[in-house]
Amino acid sequence: MAAISRDEVAHLARLARIEMTDAELDHLASEMDLILESVSRVQGVAGADIPPTSHAIAMQNVMRPDVVVPSLTPEEALSGAPAREEDRFKVPQILGEE
Amino acid sequence: MSADLASGAVTAVDLANAHFDRIAAVDGDVHAFLHVDREGALAQASAVDASRKSGEKLHPLAGVPLALKDVLTQKGVPTTCGSKMLEGWRPPYDSTVVTNLKKAGVVILGKTNMDEFAMGSSTENSAYGATHNPWDLTRIPGGSGGGSSAALAAFEAPLAIGTDTGGSIRQPAAVTGTVGVKPTYGAVSRYGLVAFSSSLDQAGPCARTVLDTAMLHEVIAGYDPKDSTSINAPVGKMVEAAKKLDVKGMKIGVVKELSGEGYQVGVLTRFNEALEALVSAGAEIVEVSAPSFEYALAAYYLIAPSETSSNLARFDSMRYGIRIGDDGSRSAEEVMNMTREVGFGKEVKRRIILGTYALSSGYYDAYYGSAQKVRTLIKRDYEAAFAKVDVLVSPTCPTTAFKIGEKSDDPVAMYLNDVCTIPINLAGIGGMSLPCGLAPEDGLPVGFQIMSPAMKDELMYQVGGTLEAALESSWGKPLYASAPELAVK
Amino acid sequence: MALNYDQAIEKYEPTLGLEVHVELNTNSKMFCGCATEFGASPNTQTCPVCLGLPGSLPVVNAKAVESSIRIGLALNCSITPFSRFARKNYFYPDMPKNFQTSQYDEPICVNGYLDVTIDTDEGPKVFRVDIERVHMEEDTGKSLHVGGATGRIHGAEHSLLDYNRAGIPLVEIVTRIIPGTDKYAPEVARAYVAELRDILRSLGVSDVKMEQGSLRCDANLSISPRGSGVLGTRSETKNVNSLRSVERAVRGEIIRQANRLEAGERIVQETRHFQEESGETRSGRSKETAEDYRYFPEPDLLPIVADPLWVEELKAALPEKPSIRRKKLQEAWGVPDKEMAAMVNAELLDTVEETVALGAEPTKARSWWLGEVSRLANEKGVAPTSLVQPSEIAEIIALIASGELTDKLARQVVEGVINGEGNPRMVIEKRGLKVVSDDSALMVAIEAAIASQPETAERVRGGNIPAAGALIGAVMKATGGQADAAKVRELLLKHLGQG
Repeated sequence: MAAISRDEVAHLARLARIEMTDAELDHLASEMDLILESVSRVQGVAGADIPPTSHAIAMQNVMRPDVVVPSLTPEEALSGAPAREEDRFKVPQILGEE
Repeated sequence: MSADLASGAVTAVDLANAHFDRIAAVDGDVHAFLHVDREGALAQASAVDASRKSGEKLHPLAGVPLALKDVLTQKGVPTTCGSKMLEGWRPPYDSTVVTNLKKAGVVILGKTNMDEFAMGSSTENSAYGATHNPWDLTRIPGGSGGGSSAALAAFEAPLAIGTDTGGSIRQPAAVTGTVGVKPTYGAVSRYGLVAFSSSLDQAGPCARTVLDTAMLHEVIAGYDPKDSTSINAPVGKMVEAAKKLDVKGMKIGVVKELSGEGYQVGVLTRFNEALEALVSAGAEIVEVSAPSFEYALAAYYLIAPSETSSNLARFDSMRYGIRIGDDGSRSAEEVMNMTREVGFGKEVKRRIILGTYALSSGYYDAYYGSAQKVRTLIKRDYEAAFAKVDVLVSPTCPTTAFKIGEKSDDPVAMYLNDVCTIPINLAGIGGMSLPCGLAPEDGLPVGFQIMSPAMKDELMYQVGGTLEAALESSWGKPLYASAPELAVK
Repeated sequence: MALNYDQAIEKYEPTLGLEVHVELNTNSKMFCGCATEFGASPNTQTCPVCLGLPGSLPVVNAKAVESSIRIGLALNCSITPFSRFARKNYFYPDMPKNFQTSQYDEPICVNGYLDVTIDTDEGPKVFRVDIERVHMEEDTGKSLHVGGATGRIHGAEHSLLDYNRAGIPLVEIVTRIIPGTDKYAPEVARAYVAELRDILRSLGVSDVKMEQGSLRCDANLSISPRGSGVLGTRSETKNVNSLRSVERAVRGEIIRQANRLEAGERIVQETRHFQEESGETRSGRSKETAEDYRYFPEPDLLPIVADPLWVEELKAALPEKPSIRRKKLQEAWGVPDKEMAAMVNAELLDTVEETVALGAEPTKARSWWLGEVSRLANEKGVAPTSLVQPSEIAEIIALIASGELTDKLARQVVEGVINGEGNPRMVIEKRGLKVVSDDSALMVAIEAAIASQPETAERVRGGNIPAAGALIGAVMKATGGQADAAKVRELLLKHLGQG
């Protein structure tokens, strides 16, 4: 029913920034088919008049006052960094402009 | 233990060391712990002993040791979430759960094993090897919080913290013969709980008895301004409820859709016996129907992966975690792709892809959107049911502990373990699993699940405490007294 | 042959849309309590939340919500009764969570408008810019590119990241397509951003400094052959850092797109970057395949349900609209439209108003700021207000009015103040620039001049008044220009029997 192609899975892997092997892609494509078949049962169960629930416990207007609170020190902030240069995170070259 | 500590019969340091000895003796086989924090725990223990000596009034749980699921941050202590991605990561901050534990003087022995990023029902998805069920080392201890429940069952710790998104506290509790509670969503702060599925995750207390669980519940629950989804209300009286030992006049609903088609026979036998025990104690059993529960599994396996595909995007090797392939010639994007390929395990990748798909433009309405609507139906079914009864009950899971490796190649079969526990998370209400006996066919623990309305977690403790007492009196001893002796190395 | 603007606009009709991002001036960030100071040392204003550390959770800044609502109200928007946050998912190293917490189909404000007036061939014309939405989101960190030829991303070796800016509240204001701008598209774009900036400044929600990035403009532009009735493919131009750049960027894009179409090439849907030096745009990321941001409601945040009474209060307390304020000033000062526009364009209206408030006569205030001070500012390549203060100009104008300074001397005083020699009085002291109007002192100089030019003096005595000019000149020279020339003339002529 919900046939998902290997190309689609490859596209999803790209969107998710995971470099999968060909074997993985093949395997996933067939697994996805199976899983999607079973999860597809959610379609059409609830009528158009049923609103979606994104929060189990309904609350609103949860906010905080605009007050400054002590930050982490740069040491703490960078403590997990795979690479750093002085007080900045060092990362490989970023392609594409922004 | 608490009484002994209070009276001075034993010190916190002694207690901690005794448990470290136990861990050293059995954890080679059980593999519940990923990291044992000897230094930190002994420091915490000494501090408690010192305070007690100086006459300070301490919390009843001060000095009691605890095992912490490795998905909660603890400052300076390795937190891996069972994933290679966070190998060696030491968070620069404490989760609120840990802050609350420290405030009460609870001694955190170490971090326990789990399915990677809390995804799984067997702890086989850990990047650091599986945990083994102390009842039968060839079997799974449940998941994702198998490490915490195994630690309890093996007496490596008397208290543990787990997290539950689709049953990850309750199902392990069921298959290891321990008690585990998923509080109402929002009752326990998620600040510092590494997110799997944000609208479903909740940290919860685990122990070998209902009363211990209740005490731990009161320590970790409470409003936290750092968590927007935290409930701003006082914590209910769980300990008091656990001590009530009375269910006279209570209406207990059995959910038709969760009662047993295809479940293991022994599980149903023990479940029904427990129902009888509750009737003898004065409760009334009512059958209720929740037709939308049929779709709960499907909805969950769309909502959770969708949220997780987004929550796990931050693991890109730029700021923390491992980094693969950075040899100076590659771009950030290439390094990201390689790192995520190596850092994430199969199940995690599977769910990320599924979630990415469910949220994609063109598919959102059919998948994620539809699942959120089913969620509304499930909530409504619960509301209708709770209008008729005080609590709902079901077996915690369809089978007892299966063998390690038995279901790991069949994701859909694995997902079926959660069929009874998932609806609770989708609705955000409270759920407890406590032992209700051993299945006759395999001698393995069976779990009994109690569900209470949102923000009425006390009801679980009331019914659970009563049931536990009734069953133990009929058995003559607590369940864990029947556990096989672990061969001590 | 390449088309110029006029030729391009003759053949093609432009369609314009504008997106403006405003950095709010709240004390703390959008979702955490870190400070928002500009220019702090790298990674000194970060925490688990804005770093996106595992386990961190956002909590909404109430002031940011209030500011967003006020912005919407000032733009005549309706406030969405049930407003939700959403996750915009994409990967980029300057985004700690690799999703931006933003808003999608329930933005805080919708359906507003802003009227802008520009000068056209037929006189002033009003364009109504419809505003589709105003929503809240968070800013990203800053990346520094190291290595490579010019330190820009193309050809860089690695990048360094500072997350101080990550999480600072941003408000995005999106217009609908602005119809009928025709050849005035560049001016309309500029006027819209300018007016928007003035409104934001009057609300006090941001310091709106385009050069510092607290106000950012993206221009969306497409063109189509006149009469075709079909919309063209649009490009998005970023990196527009001043009002002038807004105008130039729109103009440049119209020219570029027209020339491409003339050459038979198609327009690529893409992001382009405006180049200050050349006024042209350069290709950035291709947006051929629209990004799939996989928006979904943010599960970690709860909806904002603004109390209607509170919204009414905020509306009632909105400051006067800048356009209204301008009209009032124009009437009060009696300034013609063109001069008013000149002040507004030079961004000196507030400064002139301040100077007038300190007692200066409006015409004089205007002429000093737009004249001498602007001239010097242009020479040095800085803003006029960075050279002198309104108080100093007001003082100088007062001194001229009282006769203590002449215009010529005043210019020297301004120069001195700019050079950092102190306030006007101090400069006058140090340089001895006071007008000499003391009669006796002047007489000394006058007599000296007469003595050195006896024939000229004779001619004046004889009725040749113009000849006095040479003597006056001599006196001015002798007094270093500090004599009150009119006074000198008066005394001299009197002395020579002609006054």
